[in-house]
Amino acid sequence: MRQVENSALDDALVVIDNLHFAHSFGAHQVYQNLSMRVPRGKITAVMGPSGIGKTTLLRLIGAQLYPQQGSIEFAGHNVHQLNRRDLYELRKRMSMLFQSGALFTDMTVYDNIAFPLREHSQLPEEIIDTIVKMKLEAVGLRGARDLMPAELSGGMARRAALARAIALDPELILYDEPFAGQDPISMGVIVKLIKELNESLGLTSIVVTHDIAEVMTIADYVYILADKQVVGHGTPAQLKQSDDPLIHQFLHGEADGPVPFHYKAATLEDDLLGSDHA
Amino acid sequence: MLNRVAALGKATLDSVAGAGAAFFMLMRALVGKPQLRKSWPLLMQQMYSVGVLSLLIIVVSGLFIGMVLGLQGYTILVDFGAEQSLGPMVALSLLRELGPVVTALLFAGRAGSALTAEIGLMKATEQLSSLEMMGVDPLRRVISPRFWAGFYSMPILALVFSAVGIYGGYLVGVRWLGVDDGAFWSVMQSNVEWGQDILNGVIKSLVFAFVVTWIALHKGYQCTPTSVGISRATTSTVVTASLAVLGLDFVLTALMFG
Repeated sequence: MRQVENSALDDALVVIDNLHFAHSFGAHQVYQNLSMRVPRGKITAVMGPSGIGKTTLLRLIGAQLYPQQGSIEFAGHNVHQLNRRDLYELRKRMSMLFQSGALFTDMTVYDNIAFPLREHSQLPEEIIDTIVKMKLEAVGLRGARDLMPAELSGGMARRAALARAIALDPELILYDEPFAGQDPISMGVIVKLIKELNESLGLTSIVVTHDIAEVMTIADYVYILADKQVVGHGTPAQLKQSDDPLIHQFLHGEADGPVPFHYKAATLEDDLLGSDHA
Repeated sequence: MLNRVAALGKATLDSVAGAGAAFFMLMRALVGKPQLRKSWPLLMQQMYSVGVLSLLIIVVSGLFIGMVLGLQGYTILVDFGAEQSLGPMVALSLLRELGPVVTALLFAGRAGSALTAEIGLMKATEQLSSLEMMGVDPLRRVISPRFWAGFYSMPILALVFSAVGIYGGYLVGVRWLGVDDGAFWSVMQSNVEWGQDILNGVIKSLVFAFVVTWIALHKGYQCTPTSVGISRATTSTVVTASLAVLGLDFVLTALMFG
């Protein structure tokens, strides 16, 4: 394991310790001995090949899934040991931007963003109105507040969802593949928004992605996952200089290397000619 | 042989686990401090989409079933010169059996399938997860108002069904086939009892409402969040709910009238 000394990791908002996780519906082990520290006030990128379970990691942090072993602490609380009420209370301090945006389809953009405020605060409607407009202004969608989610483009939906995610001024935002399926312009907009929001609101962000070029420009710290655990971590500059073949393969997008091109299979000869061929 | 035993065991375990999950889903959705200010508007909204929007199919079906009952009943009763008993025959068939049962079957097809598909799609588009991550319990916010809406609206729909059906029987029997108007209503009035007939019908309807809505919500909440998963869950809601209604109807009838 390549250890990178970094003092920023001392002040961690999320600490993942020795995590083991397998989905209940399959024997496939997703994580084994996964440990991570997410520094407070920084943007931490989690990268790795598709299917490695990056979204699963976010769901584990949000305690929507429970690990078989190990722990995840958020702001000093072990999220998996809280009772239901405390967990829902804690979740008000974090929010998640889903890949699809997950806007409520039966509400306008405005009501979507007002929703967490109306649910969790006792604020009068006038103040909620001001907050919603400010959040929409931050993502550039103040003019789109009366549209329904179905009328938004993919990029706009994700920005609206981002406005909803920051409505309650959380401490932590979990971004699930925020750049996936975006055109270059909306990608640029979202990269800029993540960076700006993180700085101006003093958030901690975890960005799960495999869009290396984009995330390397804004991330303060990067974890690379492969083979059920962390295979490399460090600042973007440290990782770029790494001579580890796996990190090199991943950062440069090489088709074959330590992560093989072929899914595990019998040899081609066996498959084509039958396993009993002479 | 051993594999078959294992498969049977797995199927049994799965169905027990499924029943347990359904039970816990309902308990968590319904048990808790009621928040009237938040839940009242949600309940009204669901009463509209589950109840009011089902009215058309209920009224039209009720009318036709009542008309058929009037016609069939008349042709049978007239052979015995007993066409004056058409009123109670129509009313009792509807209030005791056809009202609650057919309403529950139509409700499963019209509203139950819609509930399953809606919740399945909310799951597939991560709206339920996003509620959870916002610290809003989807069971209280999404499942609970839909459950109560189904539970309250089905007995009302069943009563509407029976009332319209009786009117359909009256149209055919009295207006068309010439059964005496006064006899139709007065014999009906003296033969239909409040507790034995009407109340038992309402109780049946409440039981069906509980079961059908529960099945619909559970199938939606537990479905595999893909297009195939949602379509299977929707079908399964209609099939399971219909069978449950017919099976329970026999049990309830045996208990009430047996």
